[in-house]
Amino acid sequence: MNLDARIPDGPIQDKWDTRKFQLKLVNPANKRKYRIIVVGSGLAGASAAASLAELGYAVDCFCYQDSPRRAHSIAAQGGINAAKNYRNDGDSIWRLFYDTVKGGDFRAREANVYRLAQCSVNIIDQAVAQGVPFARDYSGLLDNRSFGGAQVSRTFYARGQTGQQLLLGAYAALSRQIGLGTVTMYNRSEMLDLVKVDGHAKGVVVRDLVSGEVRSHAADAVIIATGGYGNVFYLSTNAKGCNVTAAWRAHKQGAGFANPCYTQIHPTCIPVSGDHQSKLTLMSESLRNDGRVWVSKKQGDKRLAHEIPNDERDYYLERKYPSFGNLAPRDIASRAAKEVCDDGRGIGDTGLGVYLDFRDSIERLGEPAIKARYGNLFHMYQKITAENPYKQPMRIFPAVHYTMGGLWVDYDLQSTIPGMFVCGEANFSDHGANRLGASALMQGLCDGYFVVPYTIGGYLAGQRPGAVDTNHPEFRKVEQEVEDRTKRLLAVKGKRTVDDFHRLLGKTMWDGCGMARNKAGLEQAIRDIPVMREEFWQDVKVLGSAETMNQSLEKAGRVADFLEFGELMCRDALAREESCGGHFREEHEIEGEAKRDDENFAHAAVWEHTGEIHNSIRHQEELVFDNVKLAVRSYK
Amino acid sequence: MKVKLHIWRQSKKSTRKDFKQDGKMVCYEVDHVSPDMSFLEMLDVLNEDLIRSGEEPVAFDHDCREGICGSCGVMIDGVAHGPEKGTTTCQLHMRSFQDGAEIYIEPWRASAFPVIRDLVVDRAAFDRVVQSGAYISVNTGAPQDANAIPIPKPDADKAFDAATCIGCGACVASCKNASAMLFVGAKISHFAHLPQGKVEREQRARNLVEQMDEEGFGNCTNQYECEAVCPKEIPIRVIADMNREFLRAKAKEE
Amino acid sequence: MSWLLSFWRSSIGGKVTMAVTGLMLFGFVVVHMLGNLQFLFAEPEKINSYAKMLHDLGPLLWVARIGLLSVFALHVTTAIRLSRANRSARPVAYQRPGTVQASMASRSMVLSGFSVLGFVIYHLLHFTLEVPAITPEFEAQVKIGEEFTKNVHSMVKTSFDNWYIVSAYAVFQVILFLHLSHGMQSLAQTLGLQHKRYTPIIKLTSFGLALVIAGGNMLIALSVKLDRFLPDLGLVG
Repeated sequence: MNLDARIPDGPIQDKWDTRKFQLKLVNPANKRKYRIIVVGSGLAGASAAASLAELGYAVDCFCYQDSPRRAHSIAAQGGINAAKNYRNDGDSIWRLFYDTVKGGDFRAREANVYRLAQCSVNIIDQAVAQGVPFARDYSGLLDNRSFGGAQVSRTFYARGQTGQQLLLGAYAALSRQIGLGTVTMYNRSEMLDLVKVDGHAKGVVVRDLVSGEVRSHAADAVIIATGGYGNVFYLSTNAKGCNVTAAWRAHKQGAGFANPCYTQIHPTCIPVSGDHQSKLTLMSESLRNDGRVWVSKKQGDKRLAHEIPNDERDYYLERKYPSFGNLAPRDIASRAAKEVCDDGRGIGDTGLGVYLDFRDSIERLGEPAIKARYGNLFHMYQKITAENPYKQPMRIFPAVHYTMGGLWVDYDLQSTIPGMFVCGEANFSDHGANRLGASALMQGLCDGYFVVPYTIGGYLAGQRPGAVDTNHPEFRKVEQEVEDRTKRLLAVKGKRTVDDFHRLLGKTMWDGCGMARNKAGLEQAIRDIPVMREEFWQDVKVLGSAETMNQSLEKAGRVADFLEFGELMCRDALAREESCGGHFREEHEIEGEAKRDDENFAHAAVWEHTGEIHNSIRHQEELVFDNVKLAVRSYK
Repeated sequence: MKVKLHIWRQSKKSTRKDFKQDGKMVCYEVDHVSPDMSFLEMLDVLNEDLIRSGEEPVAFDHDCREGICGSCGVMIDGVAHGPEKGTTTCQLHMRSFQDGAEIYIEPWRASAFPVIRDLVVDRAAFDRVVQSGAYISVNTGAPQDANAIPIPKPDADKAFDAATCIGCGACVASCKNASAMLFVGAKISHFAHLPQGKVEREQRARNLVEQMDEEGFGNCTNQYECEAVCPKEIPIRVIADMNREFLRAKAKEE
Repeated sequence: MSWLLSFWRSSIGGKVTMAVTGLMLFGFVVVHMLGNLQFLFAEPEKINSYAKMLHDLGPLLWVARIGLLSVFALHVTTAIRLSRANRSARPVAYQRPGTVQASMASRSMVLSGFSVLGFVIYHLLHFTLEVPAITPEFEAQVKIGEEFTKNVHSMVKTSFDNWYIVSAYAVFQVILFLHLSHGMQSLAQTLGLQHKRYTPIIKLTSFGLALVIAGGNMLIALSVKLDRFLPDLGLVG
């Protein structure tokens, strides 16, 4: 497997300019002859599809939702980072770059992260020009706030729905192109496989979720922007439909999958309320700006929050990380919560929760000020829990939120399959082992607006447009495989529902490959998952037919892929004998903090599929740090 | 808790000619419902029961389950998204219902939203309205610095109030006339309050209204049911904004 | 003209047509009521000379009548067009319909509108065309100064002597009230007049004006029936 990242030479500040100059250009008159498939319509997919169509390419865009506006980017609450330094607090591209590399626990690729920081400023300009209503202060200028893991105020936000507003911006740009006829949009269409011709990605096979029809689409290049795989845990903050299928199918067709074990557990989610729980709800990290996290100093303390006097409360983040306090990065805050809960000091009936308390801020700033900042979040919390966070502290617990791992890409965002590009959460490149708050929106849009529209041209310039159409036998073959698989799912006619299996897999993953991992647990999961998979194919019960809308069938296909992917994830976690960012191996710690092993693991682990998951080959892309010094990541 | 559900079941897609397509209300009982469940989790429980008993589960749209993607939405006892104000169906919890309650669940009803299956409707009409002009025609590139155009906070707030629309379609479903004017008004109002949006304001107002009419939505008779059920509580002010923008555009048309 | 037609055909154009014609008709209703309030002065000459003054307008009266009739016709045809479109926008009704905040008046606009239409036809047959089957017999002529003129006072008096007719007019006033109370605030919204501060005032005014008009009209019928006028109450001369 060729893992040459093809990073341009020269000083890091100049690399992107260098690459943009090196890339071959496609003659403007020829652009319309090239067709590009974009799978996914979230921030990365919508922005890429729109930008490519603006350049003149013919674009086909696919999403499984009923409208591109519903992609799960929409749910991001807190904000988007940009090194604008509008606050004059010492921010710069270099500082954003440094914070991101450090925040990722030195497991990201320097050159990509630097480019991300450079493009961050353009994203804000672009979004404002599109009419995204960012928060403003009374001077009419853009407002900022600080976010976990940063000591500068560089986060732009739109009340508690930055994700929706940015996505609506990208969706508007995409809609404009659809209206102009340059993008053909396929709603309710799920990519079920990638089609390669002579080693190059040349199309996809999709299932129309309304008619059930399986169809091929050919193109000159394919962009995968299908998000992360957090739903392998069943319970996560991802949307119910989020899945690994597109990425996993591409992986099975030969794309390297990098660092699948890197998952982010977000510290501020609403705790599980019962077995019926279908998903978890995040409370924006921005709440930690004014909320203080605490538990009782006593184990098994059953007193109500207001009955516990101040000196019996343990504000453990402030105690352990005095300089960052409640704003410690996500992985650290999550782990600290787990630690106090493991210590028997968790709150509520389950003991799986900690307090996020606004009492002091309300006293200091007054309720109206807190309401103005977080009103909609408090409202949402109250709706879900029936508790009033103005009167009693919020209960929070960590939950799976984001996956840093993903399909391996080079500097140009091209995967190991030529012609297949991967953008946004679906790729692996920018966040290392942990993502900082407000960086996901930044990366999705950076990839889609500013990177892939350039780099894909470099690939296309070497390709004859329209070289392959869907009459090519490869398409027939893959279509047949997809149809067979669907038929097999319907033919099992077992006894257990798809959700049964998904819940079971989720629990196995959470126990074995969750917030803290160890060898024994991972090995157990690696033994359990194949058994589960076997049972799935013998005992799953999917009713109805393949020729109509069939939501159980859709779910079954996704869970079948999770059942394969979960095993790879555990294998990756087992192989990474160190702790870094979101990957915490209990065997590798110093005083409860993650202990990295830079000597042996300063690399991205890239998996190659060879037929059976247990035979997958682990390759390495060595990460070179020329510009930042590898250091123990300290937030104390 | 225990609830008795009456749910619209329809296996074939509606067509312009035949909207009902042999659909009918079917009664189901669900026990072991917890008050902490969301409404959709209650439907999950029903569906698991149905699958185990060999009956096809009820199809319904949903995705984020945190009230922002706008996928979910059903009529609950004749009210879009159910009895709680400013709440999507996924954020509605069973504690809002009495034990033993009898609940009627129907899909959005509008000729512009044909039923695809059970409670799932086709809302592509909304997308087409947006495609007709609910955007600012700016290409990806290097626009001026974001702070180059200050926007008075009250204007920015008004734009935001309109931009919170999640496109769920509850406004259409609840309107006695199946009018989409709250949705379209929100789009027009969002851009009308921003300096960036002013350049194309007339064209936008004309095109959106034209597309809205073409889709076969009804006409607003100012009953404000849409405002009452909107999960993002978008004010009917946006409809007045749209009317003004449209009049202005028509008056200036050459 | 084609732009006017295309404007009228658009949804908002239709709404605006309803609003503008509604406003005109409202203006007429106000003037109509104010003119007829002269009954309250108890002196037949007042109303009769007012009627004569109107009749003497000659061709102008016809211009006004035709104008008014076309506005009315436009209001009705637009209403028919819009409500038909509204009906076809929801081909399948809800099995269990519900309402959250729509007022009774707003929901019955079509019904109240058609009732008003029916009433207007009856009213015209009654007092303008004087169809014998509908209009009770009255003293046809009265002398004002040197000239004979139509005795409007007697026509009204003999009609409103009849409780059935008074009740019919009273019922219709309630319907008119419903129609106007929603119609007037609705037209402000349609014309884009929406403001945090003024909208509540508009709503209140709209309700108040509808009440004044329905009340004023009813007062005329009642005072004629009960033979109690302003001078009897010591309010005038």
